[in-house]
Amino acid sequence: MRIASFEILKPWRTAVVCLLCLFALPCLTPAAAPPDAPPVILIQNATILTVSHGTIEHGSILIKDGKIAEVGTSIKAPKDAQVFDAAGQFVIPGIIDCHSHIAVDGSVNEGSVSVSSIVNIADVLNPDDIDIYRDLAGGVTVANVLHGSANSIGGQTVVIKLRWGLPASKLPFEGAVPGIKFALGENPKRSNFSIPGATPRYPTTRMGVEETIRTAFAEARDYKKTWDDYDKRVSGGDKNAIPPRRDLRLDPLVEVLEGKRYVHAHCYREDEILMLLRVAKEFGFKVRTLQHVLEGYKVADEIAAAGTGASTFSDWWAYKVEAYDAIPYNAAIMTRRGVIVSVNSDDAEEATHLNQEAAKTMKYGGLTHEEALKLVTLNPAIQLGIDKRVGSIDVGKDADLVVYNHDPLSAYAVVQETLIDGRVYFDRKRDISEREAREKEKKALMEKEKKAEEKKKAEEKKPGAAGEGGKKAGARPDEKKPEEKNPGDKPKAPQTVAVSGGAR
Amino acid sequence: MKSIKQMLRIAPMMAAACCFCLSAYGQSQPPSTYALTHAKIFTLAGSPIEDGTLVIKDGKIAAVGANVEVPAGAEVIDVKGLQIYPGLFDPITQMGLSEVSAVNATVDSTETGAYNPDVVAATAVSPSSEHIPVTRAAGITEVLAVPDSGGFDSSGARGVIGGQASAIHLSGWTINDMLIKKSVAMVISWPVIETRTFDFATFSRKEKPFTEAKQDYEKQVNELTDYLDRARHYAQAMGHGGPSDYQRDLKLEALAPVVRGQLPVLVFANRVRDIRNAVEFCDKQKLKMILAGGEEAYKVKDLLRSKGIPVILRPTLSLPIDEDDAYDRLLSQPAELAAAGVRFAFGSFDNSFARRLGQQAANAVAYGLPYDEALKAVTVYPAEIFGVADQLGTLETGKIANIIVTNGDPLELSTEVKFLFIKGQRTSLDNRHQRLYEKYLNRPKAAN
Repeated sequence: MRIASFEILKPWRTAVVCLLCLFALPCLTPAAAPPDAPPVILIQNATILTVSHGTIEHGSILIKDGKIAEVGTSIKAPKDAQVFDAAGQFVIPGIIDCHSHIAVDGSVNEGSVSVSSIVNIADVLNPDDIDIYRDLAGGVTVANVLHGSANSIGGQTVVIKLRWGLPASKLPFEGAVPGIKFALGENPKRSNFSIPGATPRYPTTRMGVEETIRTAFAEARDYKKTWDDYDKRVSGGDKNAIPPRRDLRLDPLVEVLEGKRYVHAHCYREDEILMLLRVAKEFGFKVRTLQHVLEGYKVADEIAAAGTGASTFSDWWAYKVEAYDAIPYNAAIMTRRGVIVSVNSDDAEEATHLNQEAAKTMKYGGLTHEEALKLVTLNPAIQLGIDKRVGSIDVGKDADLVVYNHDPLSAYAVVQETLIDGRVYFDRKRDISEREAREKEKKALMEKEKKAEEKKKAEEKKPGAAGEGGKKAGARPDEKKPEEKNPGDKPKAPQTVAVSGGAR
Repeated sequence: MKSIKQMLRIAPMMAAACCFCLSAYGQSQPPSTYALTHAKIFTLAGSPIEDGTLVIKDGKIAAVGANVEVPAGAEVIDVKGLQIYPGLFDPITQMGLSEVSAVNATVDSTETGAYNPDVVAATAVSPSSEHIPVTRAAGITEVLAVPDSGGFDSSGARGVIGGQASAIHLSGWTINDMLIKKSVAMVISWPVIETRTFDFATFSRKEKPFTEAKQDYEKQVNELTDYLDRARHYAQAMGHGGPSDYQRDLKLEALAPVVRGQLPVLVFANRVRDIRNAVEFCDKQKLKMILAGGEEAYKVKDLLRSKGIPVILRPTLSLPIDEDDAYDRLLSQPAELAAAGVRFAFGSFDNSFARRLGQQAANAVAYGLPYDEALKAVTVYPAEIFGVADQLGTLETGKIANIIVTNGDPLELSTEVKFLFIKGQRTSLDNRHQRLYEKYLNRPKAAN
């Protein structure tokens, strides 16, 4: 009986695989053939917004081996170059999203404990997440993929390039300093998430958040000392030294103390921002970026003095009490007070128009065109310590570029191409031209699946062919499993609240 | 206990917010006469007027044109170099009904229970909401406050009949000043077949087989059918005498204008199956339907056009509903609907993102919608769809003077609103955000 039902299952499995293929379709076409980098590309006649050294009208960019080889007005096309005429188009450096949750398999929150430094987002990168492609289509080339905000000290984070079509191992930005997520305020103290009947998790106040972080770093310091002592004994020739027991939770915090891991801290209110800066000073580490930092404008001088970056939203506000004093002028005030500021998405959709979000700072606070553009290019590159490689259009940097049909700081601008490492990863014309074929492919797969279903039904009708198992195997194929992603991250549509808490 | 504590925590904040807001209004003056001169005027009822004059008197547009005389005693504002448009109209918001969406004490947008046809948005609109001046500063002069319409951080717990949407001006001391029309539509959340739900009582996911989910759906639709039948009978009874002749039922009474086809139903549905079912249902029930959401409206564009059903589109800046949809599916949908002759308007479906209304429309233009259509879809089309176009939506003599004066295209990101008039009153652009900006811009340098 069992064997029989397994046999019955077979066509079903095919059907299910087909179904899965169907949902993965847009991945299939571009993913099947990751774009090959032609050795040499010349982009001509474009308005080039270099971000680092002004605008070049009718400019050219020469790309060799994935790097920017030359930028100027009169570059001769080398013999073997593939030439793009970009007349009337605008080229900017690839957009860098300093706060993203794309390409993550499953929930971004390990919400069970208040210090979850043991987990690492890099372990769960999903290269097939369609949001990679969607954000690429919005000009994003680099994303700081973060753990959620359910814990005072959250999980380890990773910077990726949106190399759509390549395996997970090729996504991380080579050499980028890894990070760790911290979170302050309502989310780690679980103000808006209570599970009926469950005992509240410490901390439930901002005071407790401070002590959670201090306690963890006091432990990390002691732990570090045991290792330092051990290393000293070993280097002193002590052959009997016994290594201390590894603590996977404290290892990343030791890296923070040693400056080998960046702290990206989710925060809202001015008091908690100052709290974290004090704690960092006490334990001798730097906070690399304050994330969201919606009241950063109130303590901009203090943030600037600490040498800490600020990565904020353009105009989100009032979705919770700690966001009630959020203002769209935040980025401008902090910029004027000497803070390196970026505008981030925290959301796969918001990331598709970060250029527009940056543009709002010209209206709210009067940033210049170049300052506004920096908020999503050079500044996040500096914040992530990757500005030697990306963030502006300069010779020697990675050829991560976005081509728009209008000024990218206009709501009417549409991304035409996105390049990473000199390869075209998104091409709007190609995307549109392939739609018909994709639709056909999808229909064919659905047809195939339907036939398999009919065949199965016919077999089921034969007496004795299928027992309980057959019935079970017939569980509805048309039920697409809803996305399991933490809905707390996706704020703009009516959503259920995640059990484990949101990220923003 | 917890909720009382929460209330106590919020109360001082709300009180402060109210004071803040009232002092900022400053609009107690009676209506006066204004003449806006030397403007480029986009009336949206004909071609733009270069170097035109617009006269406002007693809250209404008294004259508009190239050769209009400035009446004696008018306050003249020379707006040379600027442009005049009708104020923008956001047809789906929770304005005044929800302040801080994560804090229940500040949220009045969703009543409990499946059938609440008698509840009216205008009742709970807080004129002191900080959202009102913030939204106004973005050039939005009137909105619909819509009960049970979701929004940022919504729990997703929705009824079937959510209540009555109210059209309001974004200015006024009390709701009486603000009201355009108390009841403009009855909100229906079209039931969907859901196999997975989230139970807030136990904070856990629940799953059920498709057949069961379908039965639940059919049960909901049958209940709705029965409810409307009862309303129809009730309406008949109402037509045959006063309330003393029958037992009053306020819920059924509220539905009488709906079943009589006088009050439209604003039906929230996104999936093509749900839209089709809703259209079929409203057709059968002879209800005047307006579709809200419409993420897959393009799949039934011919049906919507042939039935004359207008759509309030949810934000164009949204990810496609399915993984295998084109990445720009919602951005290009408005162009597709316009080409097919479907009437639509843009809505923010929110409060804190209401000021993105122009951006939503502009993005549709970037993906193929003619500019004029986009502009109308945030002004005159919503006014038409909700039956207030005789008063609002264009700059024509006799209409309510809800007007914005800008330094450019009102849909573009960098454009600023320079003057704003609501009911012919010059209305402050001051708001919480700009006040906090000015305060902290002037913070003395911190001694570190």
